[in-house]
Parts: sequence; structure tokens; C-alpha cells
Amino acid sequence: MASTYVKDPAAAHAPPQRPETGAGRPRARRAVGWLTAFGFTLPALLLFGVLVLAPILYALYVSLFDWGGFGSPTDYVGLDNYSRLLRDPVFIGDLWRGLLLVLFSVGVQLPFALAMAVLLNQRLRGRAVYRTLFFAPYVLSEVITGVLFSMIFAPEDGLADNVLGSVGLDGLGGLWFADQDHVLPTLFLVMTWKYFGFHMMLYLAGLQGIPAELHEAARIDGAGPWQRFRHITLPLLGPTIRISVFLSVIGAIQLFDLVWVVTQGGPDHHSETMAVTMFQYGFKRFEIGYASAISIGMFFISLVFALVYQRSVLRRDTEGALTTMRASR
Amino acid sequence: MSASARAITSVFGASSSSLSRRRFLGTASAAGLGAAGLSACSDSGSSHTDGQGRTVVEWWNIQTTEPSKSLWPQRAKAFEAAHPDVRIKLVTMENDAYKSKMTALTSSGKLPDIYHTWGGGVLEQQIDAGLVEDLTPSISSLIDTLVPASVTAYRFDGKTYAVPFDIGAAGFWYNKALFARAGIQEPPATWADYLDAVRKLKSAGITPIALAGKEKWPGMYYWAYLAMRIAGLDGMQAAADAKDFTGDDFVKAGEHLEELVALQPFQKGFLGAAYSTPTGEAATMGNGKAAMELMGQWAPVVQADAGKGIGKDLGFFPFPAVAGGKGARTDVFGGGGGYAVRKGAPKAAVDFLKFFMSAESDRVLVSKGSMMPVVKDATSALTDPHLKLVSDVLGEATGFQLYLDQAYPPAVGQEVNDSVAALIAGSKTPEQVARAVTQVAKSQ
Repeated sequence: MASTYVKDPAAAHAPPQRPETGAGRPRARRAVGWLTAFGFTLPALLLFGVLVLAPILYALYVSLFDWGGFGSPTDYVGLDNYSRLLRDPVFIGDLWRGLLLVLFSVGVQLPFALAMAVLLNQRLRGRAVYRTLFFAPYVLSEVITGVLFSMIFAPEDGLADNVLGSVGLDGLGGLWFADQDHVLPTLFLVMTWKYFGFHMMLYLAGLQGIPAELHEAARIDGAGPWQRFRHITLPLLGPTIRISVFLSVIGAIQLFDLVWVVTQGGPDHHSETMAVTMFQYGFKRFEIGYASAISIGMFFISLVFALVYQRSVLRRDTEGALTTMRASR
Repeated sequence: MSASARAITSVFGASSSSLSRRRFLGTASAAGLGAAGLSACSDSGSSHTDGQGRTVVEWWNIQTTEPSKSLWPQRAKAFEAAHPDVRIKLVTMENDAYKSKMTALTSSGKLPDIYHTWGGGVLEQQIDAGLVEDLTPSISSLIDTLVPASVTAYRFDGKTYAVPFDIGAAGFWYNKALFARAGIQEPPATWADYLDAVRKLKSAGITPIALAGKEKWPGMYYWAYLAMRIAGLDGMQAAADAKDFTGDDFVKAGEHLEELVALQPFQKGFLGAAYSTPTGEAATMGNGKAAMELMGQWAPVVQADAGKGIGKDLGFFPFPAVAGGKGARTDVFGGGGGYAVRKGAPKAAVDFLKFFMSAESDRVLVSKGSMMPVVKDATSALTDPHLKLVSDVLGEATGFQLYLDQAYPPAVGQEVNDSVAALIAGSKTPEQVARAVTQVAKSQ
């Protein structure tokens, strides 16, 4: 931007002390424009600075100390917390479990949500009821969901085992959340139940935006349902899907409350996520420095993912907006 | 209900008596130097008086639930009636709020005249910072009237720094009917007998033990008690002082726990079980679905609250002895509550505590406030048959070990919980547990 200013001959040759007579002067006008823009964004910038930027920077600072959270940090340890992070089997496990959850979310939960959305986009008796039903879990709080499912999957007389038992299946005998090998799949089941409705709603909204004429034309040309889905619905739903994947991945990376209520990360760390580990160290062990290092790690992973995803995947969707801005300059 | 609330408080008090002890030790001792200097010149000035010229004594407590919530002010009034020149000002705070407030106060070097303490590591840091009055000379006559185990958590280097008002202990709560059905006549007195009893219960088709695997601290009790029985209280103290738990005794504690785990004694799905929820450890026990649990004096109340409760069938026996171990079967693992006095507090503060913990007053606390008796002569006021069992064990205690998560810094306490949970889940060996705890202890 700055280079544009210099190249502007009128502005470059303008005497510095010239009285402001007309708004016609490009430089002055630009300055006023910038000031106005700055003035209007200032409150937002302030809030962003105080509530987002400052905590991040403070966490970054604290993560360089061995600090218990009281008084002020004095025991500077450099990057020790970070090297400890990379050697911590629990944190490495968190990364692995996070990756699994992301893969499952994107590979199973979202296609399922999409299938339901396509189904419920058709003329169907009781369509609104189904939509509401499927969306309802998303409205529940994570804590209520957690309490609910720890009862459903409880040992002895949990609902899940009883239902499975009554149709002649064995169930897991209460070992849903209480077994190292079953806890993550069970957790994923609950996550799917809780969140697929939200993604379904996103897709439904996206589907509404696809003109019926396209489908009609394709039908006349003799395209089957699969062909229409593959060549009309899917491409036109692209932006929605890309946003939905983005939200799903960020959600999986930051998963905390559900896990905390249901298992506290157990048994034996087998359902622990990065956020749970951070909480354990921050508020149970009072190793604030190390917990900050974990939070910075989480932030870094989310940031890298967000940037790469924005640049490579979402670029096409935001391109339009950017070109419009450029054209207006 | 209040007893259960107290139980919960003591449970969470145990698991989150969480000041970063090492870090704040630094600041606290720095502040302590200043405070010591200050209090030296303002001993009399710091005790302030109210408009009527009465000495004001601030009494910080955490009795936010009935009956103690209304009993505490009554006790203060009773003291004021006998001492017209003193006003006891109660400051009552919720457990966690109290802890964070005290953390800030400790680092500023200004504590309330009388304040609640759980003893252990936190109190020791306040003492090291020079903020706590040594009560040894002023309460020497009182001490002899108290149950010895109740004072241990507040005693350092032979000096006493707080007056206890409540005390509790963990032991095995067992279902007599289920024990009888399995053909076990006597509660086991040794670890070998104990394992035998577990086998008998198993072969009778009874779940021997209820355990809240999700919450970790109930599992820690087993390791801690085994370590106490094998290493003895001196061994526990030496390990805590040297920050080294890798000795044979602690590895052996883990090995004995492994023997128990190998028998698969716990209820189905115990790794996911919480403590006080409707499907948790207390409910399993309270509904008669398991034969025993290792738990503190609050267990009967929570059993009846989360489950149905087993009433007369409920019995209590101390943790068994381990053959060849240095610890006695009468050594007790537990925790309680006490009141410490800040350095330089008005003399009336100590007078009040003497009054508060007189036999007569403690009888009131026991009969009306559902506290455990701390004064020997008040034991008769205890009517609850279950609490009596615990009180008897405490009365005969030859030694007392404070709950590890109160005795140790939070990071160490959590590491013990975490590592023992891993041992019970089968992913850590006894050596690895000992090493992990030592590593964290050394880093503190």
C-alpha cells in the first residue's frame, strides 16, 4: 500500500504545510479514510488485544518459566518446558489421539452428516421433526451430554448394554468408557451423536442454495441420482463442506469438556486430549509454566492448520471477496 | 447431609489442597522476612480494637454448611460472654475461595489471627516463612487432653502449630453379610489373610472390592497404606524429606498392590467408575454389590447417599499389616482440620482456641456439629456407631500419616495418584511408579 502513496505524483509533490482546503486532495482524503477506519476498528482491536492477543503472549512468556502460579514467575528455564513436552508420552499420546479424532470426524462423522442432510433435503413426511431431532443434541451442553452418556454406558445396569442384551447382542458389559481399548471409539460415538446435527444443518443450508433448475436440467439430460449428487450437489456444496471440515478439525483439536465430564482422560490416559492434559497440569498439579507450554503447543497446531487450510483449501472460497476489494481500490 | 458435605469437602480438600508449595515457598519466605521484621515492631499494634475498646480476633473458617455453619458463631458468642473485652469476628469462606485467598495472603505475609489449616506441606511453608505462632508453650496443658493422632499433621520438629478440631482416617469398610457368605469369620489382619479373603469372596461369586478408578485418589490409598505398613512412618518421612521414593520398601508396596490387582478384585468397569455418583464406588458398596472399600470416615454417609446404604451390615477394620514390614497395623492414614494462629496475634486468639477445644466445647461439636472427637473426654459424645469405629481406631493409633496429597506438594500428590492408577490399570510397574513419583518430587 505504501508504495502506491509514493508513486502518486500529486501526493509526493504536495508541500507539507499546505492548508487543508478541499477534501479533494487524495493524500488527505486517504489519511482521513484510514483514520476513520482505524477509529471504527479501535474498539474491536482493543478487545482483541486484551482478550486474545495479550493472553497468548502472556502464556508464551510464562511457558519459559518453571512457575507454580503464585507470586511472579522467576525461575527462567528457557525452552525446557517445550523439550519436556516432546518427550512426554502423555502429550505424544494426545497428539496421536487428536489425529485419530480428526480423521474419524472428517472421515466418518461428516459424510454421515452429509448423507443425512441429502436425505432430509428431499420431500419426506415429518422432515421437520427429523431435522429438529437430529439437531437437538447440538443444543445440549457438553456437560449434560457427558453425564447422560456416562449413565447410558455405565457398567452393571447401563442402558446401552440392556438394549443390546434385549436384542440378543452381548454388548460390552459396561466396559464402554471403562476399558483402555474401547474408550476412544465410545467417545467418538458420543461426539458424533452430539455434533453431526450441527454439520447436517450446515449442509442443509448449503443444499437450499443449490438452484433446483440445475437438478431439473440434469434430470432432463438423463443424469441419475448419483451423477447429480456427484456433479451438481457436491461441487456446489464445496464451500460449505470446506468450512464444516475446518470447524470439525478445530473442534477435535480443542476437545475438553465432554472428555473431562465422562472420563477425565482415563482410563490410564487413553481418552486424554491436549486440553485435558493442559488442565491437569495447570489446575491439578499447579505447574502453570508447563501447562502454558501445552496451551502454546495447542495454539501453534491450530494456527498452522488454520493458516495452511486458509491458504490452500479455503482460498478459492475467499478469492471472490478479495478480488472485489482489490478492484475497489 | 452436612456430614456428607463435610465428607465431600474433605475429599476435595484432600485432592486439591493446592498451593504451589515450592514456588510460593520462594515468595512466601521472601515475604516472611519482611513480615518477621514488621511483626517484630508492631506486635501489639497489629491487634486492633473495635469501637467499644474490645480486642478483635479474626477467625477464618470454612464451615459453610450446617450444622457447623451456625454452631461456629454460637461458640464465638459463648466465648465473648465469658470474655467481654474480646470480640471474635468470623470470616466464613467456601473451601476453594479460602485456599486462593490464603495463597495471596501467605505471599503478602499477613495471615488472619486464627485460620483454618489442613496441616502438612502448606502449613510447613507458612511456618518456614515465619508467619505462624508456635503454640507449644501456650497449649501444653490442652495437648495432653487431645487424641494424639489428631495433632500429628500440625507438628513439626517437635513443635505444635495448630489446634485440631476434626480428625478422620481411612480404613476398610466391609459388608459383614457378604463376608459371612464367603465364609470369612474374622476381618483379615495381615496382607496374606487379606488376599485370602479376596480369593474367598471371588470364589463365592461376590465382587470383593469397590474402587473409583476414574478419580484416582481412592486407588492411591492402597499404595500409601502398603507403603506405610512396609516402610513405616519413619520411612515415609525419610522418603518425603529426601524426595526419593525409589527405595525397596516403596517398590514392594507396588508389588503387593500388583498381587491384589492380579486377583481382579474390583467391580466390573471400575476404571471408569467415579466415587459418589449413582454408579460409582460408594453406590456399589451401598447397594451391597461389593464386599469392601478402602475409604475415609465419610464413607457410610456417602454410601447411603449414592446408594441405599447397608446399615447394620457395615463394619470397619484397619488396613492389614504386611509381614516383615516396619509399620504397625495401628498406624493410621487420614486427615482432619485445625486452627493455626498467626505470629503476633493477640493472646485472646489462643485463649479462644483453648476454650473452643475444651472437653465441654468439643462435646458440643461432636454431638451437634457432626465432628469427630478430638478431645479424649469428648469421645463419649459420639453416638454414630460407624464413626465410633473410626474414632476407636484413631484413639489407639500409634502413628498418623496425613493424606499424601495434603502432605506433599500438589504435583507430587497428583503424580502418586496418576502413577498408582496406571499400576492398577496394568501399564506401569512398581519400579516405574517409584521412579515417576521421585522424579516429580525432585523437580519440586
